[in-house]
Amino acid sequence: MPRTNLFASPFDIETPPGAEGWEKLYPYYLLYSDARRDFEDDKLWFQDAGHWPEALYPFDTIFYEFAMLCISQYNSRVFLLPLSMGIDFRVLNGYAYVSPNPVTDPEVADERAAHFRERAGYYYDNWDRLYANWQQKIEQVINETESLTFPDSLPEMVDLADVIAGKDQTVGYEIMKRYHRLIQLGLRAWQLHFEMLNLGYAAYYTFFQFCKAAFPDITEQTIARMLTGVEVALFQPDQEVKRLAHLAVALGLGNICHANMPAEEMLQAVNKHKNGWLWLEALERAKEPWFHFSTGSGLSHHDAAWIEDISVPLGFICDYAAKIQAGETIERPLAELQAESEKLVAEYEAILANDQDRHAFREQLSLARRVFPYVENHNFFIEHWHHSVFWRKMRELGQLMKTANFLTEAGDIFYMRRDEIPTALFDLMSAWAIGNQGRGDSYWPDEIAERKKIMAALKKWRPPRLLGEPPQTITDPFSIMLWGITTEQLQQLLTPWEESHNTLCGFAGSPGRVEGLARVVMSASELSIIQPDEILVCPITAPSWSPVFNKIKAVVTDVGGMMSHAAIVCREYNLPAVVGTAEATLRIKTGQYIRVDGHGGTVEILD
Amino acid sequence: MKNRKSKIENPQSLYTLPFERCDADAHARVGGKNASLGSMIQADAPVPPGFAVTTDAYQKMLATNGIDRQIYNLLDKLDPADVERAATASQTIRALIEQTPIPPDIEQAIRQAYANLCHQCAPIQNQESKIENRKSKIENLPVAVRSSATAEDLPGASFAGQQDTFLWVVGIDEVLRHVSKCWSSLYTARAISYRIEKGFPHEKVYMSVGVQKMVNAKSAGVMFTLNPINGDRSKVVIDASWGLGEAVVGGEVTPDNYLVDKIALEIIKRTVSPKAIEYKADPQNKRVERVEVSPDRQMAQCLTDKEILTLTKYAKIAEKHYGRPQDLEWAIDADLQPPHNIVLLQSRPETVWSGQKRKSITSGQKSAMDYIVANLMTGVRVKKKEEDK
Repeated sequence: MPRTNLFASPFDIETPPGAEGWEKLYPYYLLYSDARRDFEDDKLWFQDAGHWPEALYPFDTIFYEFAMLCISQYNSRVFLLPLSMGIDFRVLNGYAYVSPNPVTDPEVADERAAHFRERAGYYYDNWDRLYANWQQKIEQVINETESLTFPDSLPEMVDLADVIAGKDQTVGYEIMKRYHRLIQLGLRAWQLHFEMLNLGYAAYYTFFQFCKAAFPDITEQTIARMLTGVEVALFQPDQEVKRLAHLAVALGLGNICHANMPAEEMLQAVNKHKNGWLWLEALERAKEPWFHFSTGSGLSHHDAAWIEDISVPLGFICDYAAKIQAGETIERPLAELQAESEKLVAEYEAILANDQDRHAFREQLSLARRVFPYVENHNFFIEHWHHSVFWRKMRELGQLMKTANFLTEAGDIFYMRRDEIPTALFDLMSAWAIGNQGRGDSYWPDEIAERKKIMAALKKWRPPRLLGEPPQTITDPFSIMLWGITTEQLQQLLTPWEESHNTLCGFAGSPGRVEGLARVVMSASELSIIQPDEILVCPITAPSWSPVFNKIKAVVTDVGGMMSHAAIVCREYNLPAVVGTAEATLRIKTGQYIRVDGHGGTVEILD
Repeated sequence: MKNRKSKIENPQSLYTLPFERCDADAHARVGGKNASLGSMIQADAPVPPGFAVTTDAYQKMLATNGIDRQIYNLLDKLDPADVERAATASQTIRALIEQTPIPPDIEQAIRQAYANLCHQCAPIQNQESKIENRKSKIENLPVAVRSSATAEDLPGASFAGQQDTFLWVVGIDEVLRHVSKCWSSLYTARAISYRIEKGFPHEKVYMSVGVQKMVNAKSAGVMFTLNPINGDRSKVVIDASWGLGEAVVGGEVTPDNYLVDKIALEIIKRTVSPKAIEYKADPQNKRVERVEVSPDRQMAQCLTDKEILTLTKYAKIAEKHYGRPQDLEWAIDADLQPPHNIVLLQSRPETVWSGQKRKSITSGQKSAMDYIVANLMTGVRVKKKEEDK
C-alpha cells in the first residue's frame, strides 16, 4: 500500500550533526526501531513539547516514562475509558513523541463504557473522601522521599555502634536501597498523579462542552469563572509572596530592596533593619511547603525550586511591594470571585430553555466544582513539592559520586540513565569495600563528557511537531484537551509557512485583545528579562511563572489546549492568551510588535 | 398610594415634568408614551432627555376662555357616520386650540423646561472653539414634539397611530406652537370617530405632550437581546455604524457587528466592516444629510469597548423591563456628556426566536455520568475521508 503520510516518518528524521550515538542516552524501548517499523510508521506521533519542550537528559526521561505509564494504565486498565487505551511514547533525537492508542471496535467501546460507569461512578460519588485520602497518601510519599538521605562521602570505617548492634546493613547497602526506594516513590507519586486526574478532567471537560452547547460562543474563561472561587494550593505560593510583600511594606521594609538586588544582599539589608527579624521569621514559615515550588514545570532536574533559589520569590516580593506602595491592588479577592461565580451561574441557569436543562446544568456544574480542587492542586503536590524534593535527593547522590571521582560535577548524574545508576553505585560500593579505585572514576567522566557534547547538539535541533500518519479521528480526550491536537492544528502544521504570512492560529485560551512587543522566552531562567507590558511568547508556561503574569499583557504558547496551565492561569489573571500555536517561538522574534486575539485564537505579527 | 398633589409645589412641576420624573405614579398626567420613557430612565436605561407637558396643562388650557364648553357643544350629538360633519367639527376645534394663546403660567413653565433642556444638551467639550455653536444650541436645541394621550378610568383604550409626532422643532416659539398642535391632535376626525364608536366620553381623554431632544448621533444602530443567528439568549448582538441610525436600519452600510456575552459582559467577537456613508443631522434645513465617511474612519471601530458594554447593559435592562427579548434602536449622542450620551431610541419585542418553542439541549433526563460517557465516546475528526484513499 502506498504511503499517504503527510508528515515525515520517524525513520526519515536524521541525527543532528554532533549527536551521533544519541541512542545510548535512552533505554531501548524508548527508541523507534526497525523491528516494528510498520507499526510505528502507521501512527501519528506528536511532540509533547508542552511537558518536555527540551531535549531530555538521560536521567530526566524518568517522569516522562512514569507519566505515560500511569496515564495509560488508568485509562486502559483501571477506569476503562471507552475509546482510549494508553498513550505510547518514544524519544527521537532527545525529544518526547507520544501517540494515543485508540479503541476502535464499537462493541469493545460499549463494554468498556459499562465498566467505566461503575468504576468512575464510584470515584465521583466518593470524591471528597477519596481526595482526602489522596492528600494523606501524597504527603506520606513526600515525607518519606524527604527522609531518604545520602551522605556526601563514605566513611573510612563503619560506626562502632553499628558493629555492637549487630547491624548487617552497611552504608553501601543502605545507599543502594535508598536509591531504589527514591525511584519507587517517584513512580508512586505518578500513580497518585493520575489516580484522579483523568476523571477530574473528564468531568471538567463535560461541563465545558455542555456550556458550549447551551451558550454558543461562551468563552472558556467565563466557564472557568463559574468554577473558581475556592482556595487552591497551586496558587498558594503566589499568595504567600503577596502576603510577604504586604508585610514588608507594613514593617517599613518596602524601600530597602529592589528586584534586581542579589538575594544575599537583600536578606542582609532586611536583617539590619530593626523590624527585619520579624519579616525573616515570616519568610521561614512560608517556605514549608509553599516554596517547594518549581521555577519551571518541575519535570526537569534543572527546574530549580524557590526554596533552592530564593532570589526568584524575593524578586517577586519586591515587585509586589513596589505595586502595593504605588497603591495598586495585587490580591485575587476570593470572596469577590465567589460572589461573581454564583451570579454567573444563576444568570446562565435562568436563560436555559427548561427545567430539564437547568437540572443537567446544575448537576454537571456541581460535579465540575467537586473535582476542581484536585484538578488544580495535584500539580503543586507532585510536580512542585514532590519533584523539588526528589531532584534535591538526586543531587545529594550526585555529590557522593563526585566525591568518589565518578563525576566531575554532582549534576552530571543526570547524564546517566536511570538503569545505569544502580550499576555505577555497585561499582562505587565495591571500590569502597575493596579499598581500590573503582572502574567508574576512569569510565564515567569520559563517558559523560561525550554525552554532554551529544546533548548540546540535540538541544540545538528543532523537532518537528508531528510525525507519522494521522488517523481519521482522534478519540483520546486528553490529546484534545491537554495537547490541543485537533483538525485545525493539524491543518496549520500541514501548511508551509511563508514569510509573507503573518498570522498564527492557536486556541483561544483566555479572551481579550491586545497589541504589544513580543518577548520570546524559552525557559524559566530567562524570565527576569521580561519588561513590563511585554507579551510573553514561550513554548509553555509553568504555574510558578504566575508572578510575571502581573507584569505582562498577554501570553502566546507553542503548545497547549484549553486546560493547559497557561490558559488556566491567564483566565485567573484576566490576560488574553493564545495557546497551542505550534510555532510561535519559531516565527515570532523578541521586539516584534504583535496582536494577540484571545477570542479568535490568533496572533498577528504586525511588524 | 402617593398623594399626587404633594409633589406639585409650583406651576413648573404642575405643567411640565422631566422624563426622569415621569414614573408610574405620573402615568395619568403624562400619558403612556412619556411614562414609558420615564420608566426606562428609572430602570437605568437612558433615553434622549426631555420633558412632558402634563395633562394638567391641557386641562387648564381647555378651561381657559371656556374652550372646553365650545368643544363639547360642537361634538354633542355628532353622528360618527356623518364623516363630513365630523371633519368640519374637527377643523373648527383644532383651529380653536391652536389659535388660542397658551395661558401665561403654562407658557412660562414650558419656556423654562425647554431652556433647561437646551442647557443640559449644549455640547460642553470644545467650549473654546465652538462657543458659537454652543450658544446656538443653548437657544435652539432641535427637539421632537410628540403627543401622549391618556384616558382616565378607561381600560382598554388605545390611541395607537392616532397621534402626531413633529421632528426638528427648533426654538421656543416653535415648541409652543407644536405643543398646541399636539393638543389639537386629540381632535382629528379619526380620533373623534374612534371615541364615539368605543363609547369613550371626550372629556375623559386628556393629552400630554413629550418634548425630547433630537439625537445628534456620533454613531448609532440596532441591537438584539439574543443572538439572531441561533437564538442564543446569553448574547447581545449589536450592529453599529457612524452617524444616525438610518444607514443601518435602511441597510445602506454593512455595519460593525459585535457579539457580546451579556452575562459575563465580555465582547466575544467584533467584525469591523467598511462604513462608506453616514447620515448627519442638519438642523438648519430640518433634515438629515447623507455624507461620505472619510477613509480613515471607514474601517475604524465606531464604538469603544466601554460603549459596547454599556449598550449591552441597557439591552439587558430593556429585556428585563419588558419581560421578553427585545429589538432595540440606540445612539451615541455627540451633544451629551458620558455616560448620559448612550441612549435607547426604540424597543420592540423580538419576534423570530421569541415566537418559537425553546429548544432543549438535553434529550431525556440524563445524569452527569451520561454526559461524561457521551463525551468520552466522541472523537475529533482530524482528516477527511477522501484523503484516506
